[in-house]
Amino acid sequence: MTAMSPAPEAITPDPEEGPAKGRDLRSWLPTVRDTLVAILLALAVGAFLIAISDDEVIEALDNLFSYPGSFFIYAGDVVRHSAGAVWDAYSALVRGAVGSGSALQRTLERSAPLICAGLGVTIAFRAGLFNIGATGQMLVGALAAGYVGFTYDLPPGIHLLAAIGAGVLASAVWGGIVGVLKAQTGAHEVITTIMLNQIGRFTVLYFLAKESFQREGSDNLLSPPVADSATYPTIAGLHIGIPLALVAALGVWWLLERSKLGFEMRAVGANPEASRTAGMSIAKVYIATMAIAGLLSGLAITMTLLGLQQSVTDQVVGSVGFDAITVALLGRATPLGTVLAGLLFGALSAGGLGMQTSAGVPPELIQVVQALIVLFVAAPALIRGLGRIKRRKKPAAPAVAEPKGATA
Amino acid sequence: MKTARIAAVATIAALALTACGDREDDGDNDTPKASDSPSVTEETSPTEAAEQFPDFKACMVSDSGGFDDKSFNQTSHDGMEAAAANYGVQTSEAESTDPSQFADNIQSLVDEGCNQITTVGFLLGDATEAAAKKAKDVDFAIVDFGYEAPPANLKGLNFNTAEPAFLAGYLAAAKSETGVVGTFGGLNIPTVTIFMTGFVQGVDYYNEENGAEVQVLGWDIEKADGSFTNDFEDKTAGQSLAEEMIAQGADVIFPVAGPAGLGGLQAAQDAEAFAVWVDTDGCISAAEYCDSLLTSVVKGMDVAVEQAILDSASGTFSNEVYTGTLENGGVSIAPYGPNADVDDELAAKIEELKAAIIAGEITVG
Repeated sequence: MTAMSPAPEAITPDPEEGPAKGRDLRSWLPTVRDTLVAILLALAVGAFLIAISDDEVIEALDNLFSYPGSFFIYAGDVVRHSAGAVWDAYSALVRGAVGSGSALQRTLERSAPLICAGLGVTIAFRAGLFNIGATGQMLVGALAAGYVGFTYDLPPGIHLLAAIGAGVLASAVWGGIVGVLKAQTGAHEVITTIMLNQIGRFTVLYFLAKESFQREGSDNLLSPPVADSATYPTIAGLHIGIPLALVAALGVWWLLERSKLGFEMRAVGANPEASRTAGMSIAKVYIATMAIAGLLSGLAITMTLLGLQQSVTDQVVGSVGFDAITVALLGRATPLGTVLAGLLFGALSAGGLGMQTSAGVPPELIQVVQALIVLFVAAPALIRGLGRIKRRKKPAAPAVAEPKGATA
Repeated sequence: MKTARIAAVATIAALALTACGDREDDGDNDTPKASDSPSVTEETSPTEAAEQFPDFKACMVSDSGGFDDKSFNQTSHDGMEAAAANYGVQTSEAESTDPSQFADNIQSLVDEGCNQITTVGFLLGDATEAAAKKAKDVDFAIVDFGYEAPPANLKGLNFNTAEPAFLAGYLAAAKSETGVVGTFGGLNIPTVTIFMTGFVQGVDYYNEENGAEVQVLGWDIEKADGSFTNDFEDKTAGQSLAEEMIAQGADVIFPVAGPAGLGGLQAAQDAEAFAVWVDTDGCISAAEYCDSLLTSVVKGMDVAVEQAILDSASGTFSNEVYTGTLENGGVSIAPYGPNADVDDELAAKIEELKAAIIAGEITVG
């Protein structure tokens, strides 16, 4: 936000991001380190919670307080059982996330929608918009992609493309509405996206109540599954939606860092007034950004709907829409960061299942750990204070002085 | 949703912290839950608990409501816990947060070596059938879903809740002074509307028999449409729907919306009207509203799940769809509330109707 540079030619986006070539590996180190510290701290708090909810530890603590005379015996028990419980849980976490071929597959399958929806939040962040609407965008995308997927009978490749197209188009329109409202009326996107989430859910419920969206002979609010011809083909067990998510990340990077529109987005994100003065159309940027954000959310829902061959229900999105915000925050609103954060959250989700089934740890623990990671990331000062890490003085923001992106 | 989760986590942390003092309470909780339906006590009688299956592993997958939904996931889960307490089976479970996880969750329980897996809710229908076809040596049971042609190792657990709801409707009509009663649902899905249909039919039967004109708000059987909160969590939505009905003169409210229905009980209590609770005996599960309850329409998911686990453990599993009825005690109405003031004549009439439904003289649903 310090980019309100006095020199007009230096309307650069957020100096921390800077043009890609401007950063060397070293400027990334503090970010990477802070993130790793945050993850470790979150896991440490998680370990504490695992320990104090373990039956044996509770029993040992009970004894400890009942018989303070034998303090050391029971204290030893507490430590031993705690260590055992934490080891069981975290080894199950690792096994569940990356321990086998099927675990790895599960991690990637769960990462793909998080990455795509996270990119939608990321791109909006860069234009200074807080997109909380991934859930609603994904819901209408699911409705459209699902309808094409289970109603029509088309040849395999075309059917898949049609379903994807319908999904991303519906989501892009849903996202674009937010941009239009913001551009035309100044309505704040946080409010409108949240409201459109609700409207999206009720829209889905409305259509699911129609015969044409229900299964034959059933009144349940559950569509037929999408046809085989509309699902992503699989290569070695993995559906090709997963590499598509990475392509989307690459596309977002190119858009943000290399295209004219991306430059305008970042400029508007840094300072809308200055951008207007510089002759950019703020309205166009808002609408385009939100439409692209919606498009990415639409791509996210195809990962579950067409990748895992699901049915459309009002719960089809699950928690992905909101987890996308955390993924984008953890990824520092960069495409690469979002991919890494998506992979991490996908791994935590898959590992959380392993923890739950083989170590009996409730899945809420993973949600706590995810939330704590973001909390610790958002509070770097706290982390540095906790860890007594002295951050080297940053070289006086060289990115600001480099107007390289200005002509892109 | 996020905040609800954080609150849940905080509660868990708090529970864990105070767990030292809670341990005895925890043990006690299982018994009243399992005996929610008063008419079925065989499974929980301690004399039968002698048979133990320590090598048998019973497992469960929730739908996206999670096992702490104060609704059908939780009641089903109680059934598995009762099986663990009564028959010494091992248990394992997997909670789902979105439908794309269903297949994964079932598969990971199969990998864990579960002998029997119960899945909760019609949303898991496809995933359960696919898993049952793949893991042929594991017994599967699914709550609230029945297949036309199930695989040999998959049992549907259905509940004809229209039957007890019919009795509750008759009772509501008999107790209504204003001549208006109301019902609302969580979502317009068959497992919800079956309650409402039975309730309306009970009221109609009362009208026909007594030449009365008690009116039901909130559900039209012909149009298959009515009042819905469209949400099973939002207590406020349930409360405002119920308040609206009370404003239109209703003095008995029958919410079929899980925890959102608690708002309906609140509205009834505030207006000094009566209410009928759903799924479990409200005088136990929502005891603060017990004074306002006429009765509860009990759907014995816990009993059915426990029985399914026992059947699998003792080798008497069959893939025949189980349907809970008044006859087999899988559904029932709870004892009348303390202020319901049901006279002997009415009580006898309800018993008579119950016998008539069991005998097939009255068709409900």
